[in-house]
Amino acid sequence: MNRHLLSAADLDRDNALLVLDTATQLAALTDRAVKKLPTLRGRTVVNLFFEDSTRTRISFEAAAKRLSADVINFAAKGSSVSKGESLKDTALTLEAMGADAVVIRHSASGAAHRLAHSGWIGGSVINAGDGTHEHPTQALLDAYTMRHHLAGGTGDLSGRRVTIVGDVLHSRVARSNVLLLTTLGAEVTLVAPPTLLPVGVEQWPCETTYDLDSVLATTDAIMMLRVNRERMNAQYFPSAREYSRRYGLDVKRMNQLPEHSIVMHPGPMNRGVEIANDVADSARSVIVEQVTNGVNVRMAVLYLLLGGAQLGAGSELDTPDPAAAVLTEATR
Amino acid sequence: MSAALTPEGTRTVLDGAEIARALTRVAHEIVERTKGGADIVLLGIPTRGVYLAQRIAERIRGIEGLEVPVGSLDITLYRDDLRRTPARALLPTTIPAGGIDDKIVVLVDDVLFSGRTIRAALDAMNDVGRPRAVQLAVLVDRGHRELPIRPDYVGKNIPTSKAEKVHVHVAEHDSQDAVVISGDSGIGEQP
Repeated sequence: MNRHLLSAADLDRDNALLVLDTATQLAALTDRAVKKLPTLRGRTVVNLFFEDSTRTRISFEAAAKRLSADVINFAAKGSSVSKGESLKDTALTLEAMGADAVVIRHSASGAAHRLAHSGWIGGSVINAGDGTHEHPTQALLDAYTMRHHLAGGTGDLSGRRVTIVGDVLHSRVARSNVLLLTTLGAEVTLVAPPTLLPVGVEQWPCETTYDLDSVLATTDAIMMLRVNRERMNAQYFPSAREYSRRYGLDVKRMNQLPEHSIVMHPGPMNRGVEIANDVADSARSVIVEQVTNGVNVRMAVLYLLLGGAQLGAGSELDTPDPAAAVLTEATR
Repeated sequence: MSAALTPEGTRTVLDGAEIARALTRVAHEIVERTKGGADIVLLGIPTRGVYLAQRIAERIRGIEGLEVPVGSLDITLYRDDLRRTPARALLPTTIPAGGIDDKIVVLVDDVLFSGRTIRAALDAMNDVGRPRAVQLAVLVDRGHRELPIRPDYVGKNIPTSKAEKVHVHVAEHDSQDAVVISGDSGIGEQP
């Protein structure tokens, strides 16, 4: 594993499977009465959230606490950021407090990368969503959920067909999922109106179509994306009603899916827009399960990044401790 | 003389038949010490401790006709040396359906060395339940304890130097049964 988790592309197949396998073992441990492990005792995890979030922040907080890490929650609202403090000064403050890991959500694409590669902080950086760019732990929990339902909970997702529907343009979830699911061998199809597909999507390792009904019969997992109203500064489709009719998942469309297929949504849902009430609450919906799996997957990521020796960027296991080398030099 | 010279620098100290006899004796001792083996749960420490626990359970079935629950207890998250190496992959923990509360838990591991694994296992067990008693069975005790921990059942005591490595091979995982010592045999130590 690298020191940071910034993009789903940071994970090759082996590392992605390591995260999923670790999460599987952790899931078994968290079934029991004492939901606490001593593994990250004395480590500090900072949740640095510049953007509103319920489930991701709570999920990271629960994951860190179950591993006995100390958690500091930092929300931009009510902090010095609202007085105009820069990301750099906020980061330096956190570093001075001794943060071992920073979980960052920011409205600017690339914020996590900036934080990780600026030299401002020494700990690990975990991207919990940066603008319209990436959200790698969401992709991991989605892959975990698919593997559980479609691949018996082990191995990769080779040959599984995943359809991602909706606002791909503004979705960090879609980009991270395309990257990770392809790494794991799944075939991904994006379905969206032409206005909601990003420029350059033809270079992504996936298929695209404008017609939802044509792909339903061959879909193993369908993922409905939220219509990101807060990121829409222009008119991308005529009306919510028309969007819903062409790209929303209603019961009629759900019934065209194969028997074994599952319905997913990263949340929060716009019920009645991209997904109908009856579908969200149906037996095929694994949306609530995705939240549970999110805690286990984030525990796995925190354990794999923080649980072992803290290796500096590029350093290797058998490299002797530089401090010890200096010492022997001096005593000679 | 069981010490046969196999690949360069290694020697076999127990072969398959000797391991089988040692496990049979340990199974008998467990039945004797626990007055028939009722209420016991065998928890193997992955990877090889689990296979050894399963074999001991088979032998207890042969002796007493008793089905002994067998589980596995991964101790990775409870290790005291986690920060010395990169994060390790986790191994399965499976606790038998009846749980371990008020049972006599026999921990089973392949090699007893510093005792730190067993300390971690005792911590891990604390989060699973409260057994009536905990006992320890190991196939090989090689000495060099760093904690006040002792085994209740030992397959074989093998004096070693600290520089040596003891490898237990089990057929289920390593295609054959053997206990092999490799590395420097040390100065002034009995090989």
